[in-house]
Amino acid sequence: MTDLLALRGLTKAYPGVIANDDVSLSIAPGEIHALLGENGAGKSTLVKMIYGLVKPDAGKMEMNGAGFAPTDPRAARAAGVGMVFQHFSLFDALSVAENIALGMETPPPMRTLAARIEEVSQTYGLPLSPDRTVGDLSAGERQRVEIIRCLLQDPKLLIMDEPTSVLTPQEVDILFKTLRKLSAEGTAILYISHKLEEIRALCDTATILRGGKVVGDCVPRDTSAREMAELMVGSTLATPKSAAHATGEVILSVTNLSVASPSAFGMALKDISFAVQAGEVLGIGGVAGNGQDELLAVLSGELPSAPGMVTFEGRDLAGIGPEARRGLGVLSAPEERLGHAAAPNMSLTENAMLTGAAREGLSARGLLNWPKTRAFATRIISEFDVRTPGPENAARSLSGGNLQKFVIGREVLQKPEVLVVNQPTWGVDAAAAAAIRQALLDLAAGGTAVVVISQDLDELMEISDRFAALNEGRLSDPRPTQGLDVEQIGLMLGGAHGIEVAHV
Amino acid sequence: MSRNLFDKQSGAGANPLGMAVLSPALWLALLFVQLEKRPQPSKAMAYATPVLAVVLTMIFGGVLFAVLGKDPLQAITTIFWEPIFGEFAFFYRPQLLIKGAPLVLIAIGLALGFKAGIWNIGAEGQYIVGAICGAGAGLAFYPAESVLIFPLMVLAGALGGWAWAMIPGLLKVKFGTNEILVSLMLVYVAEQLLASMSLGLLKNPEGFGFPGSRNLQQYPSAHNAEIITGTGMHWGVVAALIAVIFAYVLLTRHSLGFAIRVTGEAPRAAKFGGVNPGRLVLFCLGISGLLAGLAGMFEVSGPSGQISIDFNVGYGFTAIIVAFLGRLNPLGIVAAGLLMALTYIGGDIAQSQLGLPAAAIQVFQGMLLFFLLALDVLTNYRVRFGKGETA
Repeated sequence: MTDLLALRGLTKAYPGVIANDDVSLSIAPGEIHALLGENGAGKSTLVKMIYGLVKPDAGKMEMNGAGFAPTDPRAARAAGVGMVFQHFSLFDALSVAENIALGMETPPPMRTLAARIEEVSQTYGLPLSPDRTVGDLSAGERQRVEIIRCLLQDPKLLIMDEPTSVLTPQEVDILFKTLRKLSAEGTAILYISHKLEEIRALCDTATILRGGKVVGDCVPRDTSAREMAELMVGSTLATPKSAAHATGEVILSVTNLSVASPSAFGMALKDISFAVQAGEVLGIGGVAGNGQDELLAVLSGELPSAPGMVTFEGRDLAGIGPEARRGLGVLSAPEERLGHAAAPNMSLTENAMLTGAAREGLSARGLLNWPKTRAFATRIISEFDVRTPGPENAARSLSGGNLQKFVIGREVLQKPEVLVVNQPTWGVDAAAAAAIRQALLDLAAGGTAVVVISQDLDELMEISDRFAALNEGRLSDPRPTQGLDVEQIGLMLGGAHGIEVAHV
Repeated sequence: MSRNLFDKQSGAGANPLGMAVLSPALWLALLFVQLEKRPQPSKAMAYATPVLAVVLTMIFGGVLFAVLGKDPLQAITTIFWEPIFGEFAFFYRPQLLIKGAPLVLIAIGLALGFKAGIWNIGAEGQYIVGAICGAGAGLAFYPAESVLIFPLMVLAGALGGWAWAMIPGLLKVKFGTNEILVSLMLVYVAEQLLASMSLGLLKNPEGFGFPGSRNLQQYPSAHNAEIITGTGMHWGVVAALIAVIFAYVLLTRHSLGFAIRVTGEAPRAAKFGGVNPGRLVLFCLGISGLLAGLAGMFEVSGPSGQISIDFNVGYGFTAIIVAFLGRLNPLGIVAAGLLMALTYIGGDIAQSQLGLPAAAIQVFQGMLLFFLLALDVLTNYRVRFGKGETA
């Protein structure tokens, strides 16, 4: 069989870094090919070159034996390349069909388009009604909009960037069925993911990138996840070790918490109850958009709740704002790093002041102590291995993973009584993620009650003592993590929001 | 990551809108100019852009004057040189302080709000109401003399401006109204109030029916006289200096100033950090109204002397330019206020000596703000020439 797409010696350099260095790989029609690598390994740059977003400095690409050099995504799409991005580009207020029409060169009449969408969604087992408003869809359903948008163009190669990071196990199953069907029909799939077990289940071949270079190929079915991970990282991995022990003393308790979401497309919290003990890690799983942001905002004090709903060491936290809660010892780290956990244009010193003022004694009667704040920022940078020239640099100049280390470090170093974190390792590479998880475990070992909200089930299984699922604003009863298997977790997550599994 | 000006960073979707709108020539030009986001805002550019804006204003202003048939070089020197070093500089130099002080005083207050993303556009109205309240408080005691009258007027002026600014503030906090619109519309209400006052309640009973209040310059207890004769140094100048120092300390050393800056940079982060947005809105609008009211009070009791229908001359609006020209930085605002005062005085001289139309001077001042805002992009972006990739 001839190759559908062949890359030969692709090289792309940016100022100060070689993103891709002499990368070659080939994909046959119908092949599901995994692209593996840590953050910054060059996966995104590589697929951007295939999709016409970036022009290679050297090397060439061939499609079906003929030269292929797309100048923009339009040309790539015309040649049969489709791409589903990790971050969706959809308009919340428009319907599914309208969103898809917006992305087309010459959209057909709405009625025809709606029929086409129905047809494709039935054929590939992606149930989706063209009339629904995108703002009301779950993350899994939004992804279907993006996939159908690509499938309508009849692609020969479909690129998927971290497609399962926002899906429940059941939704992952649906997606994999779709991808296998596409592959059986001869569509090749280039599949980017961190999740090694998924790659072992789905992919035919894998190319592993590290530091912009191809460091190995393997057949995922015959390779263990650990071997692949070590190829990616280039060294042996340390597994975080837990020393946390719940003491039995309840520090934070939430009772019948119900609160409306402040935003139109947010999720209201409905009758949530749980308690966290000192020294315990409570993991809250679930797909983003099911009340995660709202739950963190209630616990941090940004979103007011009624009296008696949230208590800390027996004290009612209603009416107590974020700054006063920090004084008591209730700290948090939101998911969105830039703009929520940190102010992008302000320096790391100023961002250390943002949450450190009360507990670190950085201000006295309103007067700010900048030298002390700089020392605090410097301590975060050194203890959490934040890669930056110094505390005077703007938060936005840091890479996502480094800023995340700074944000988590800022809260951990304040020795909280309660720490609530949302997506602590989202978009962070394996080594940094391990360091962050270890820091959270160490904190719990020191007697802090830790609540970890995350979409990454592997992460929650690894570090939490008890697990609960947040779905449609409701929280399941927390259960001990030991002994839970993926099926049970999937059921706790709400059976993929009651979406039927289409029969393919 | 570089970015062509008009290439949207579209994701999976194509670029559906608007490409065809650009004419081919413009499109070609844009291909060769790229803006590249800087990892850090450039400090050097932040200081260089005001200077660059002044230079560009001189060049394009010169072109404008040339088109109007005046010698551009002579016009520019008349505006910038004559007031400070010319033959009658002894008369114009004090005017710099007299015109600069209200501008600086108002701009300081506005800058605090602007930094937090709270847009008080109605300082002119707060200035007028401050002047009415200040003058009213003084005239209530006429002709009694007491050292307490002037301090009382200061208090009344500050309170008047503050209260006028509280209207958009409370409406925004309680009902989510837009403070830009409400504060701006209240300027016109204040102007009507001013007309009514100078024709009615505050009209000089011995003024032979002419509109306007008694002249406070002739009422010693209420007169905001020069502290040192012939220098232009009156109590408003002192107040402006105190406001500058106060704002500088607030912004660099105090948690309230920090709250203002974080709110302007990232409102969600500020809320996460513990800032109460409603309270900050009231503080920022309140302080800018208070300072504008003070400026009005010092003006009416000093240089202007009386409440009259056209007593206000637009300081409240010009102060917006001053605040931005000074980079919302207290020390920058002092320089910008003096520069703006200079163009006022120089513009007057150019009008009388060269016969330049008043509108040309206003366009000249407007150019200054235009160039400043346009060049602002250089602080966060770098200009690249040549066709690069789109990403």
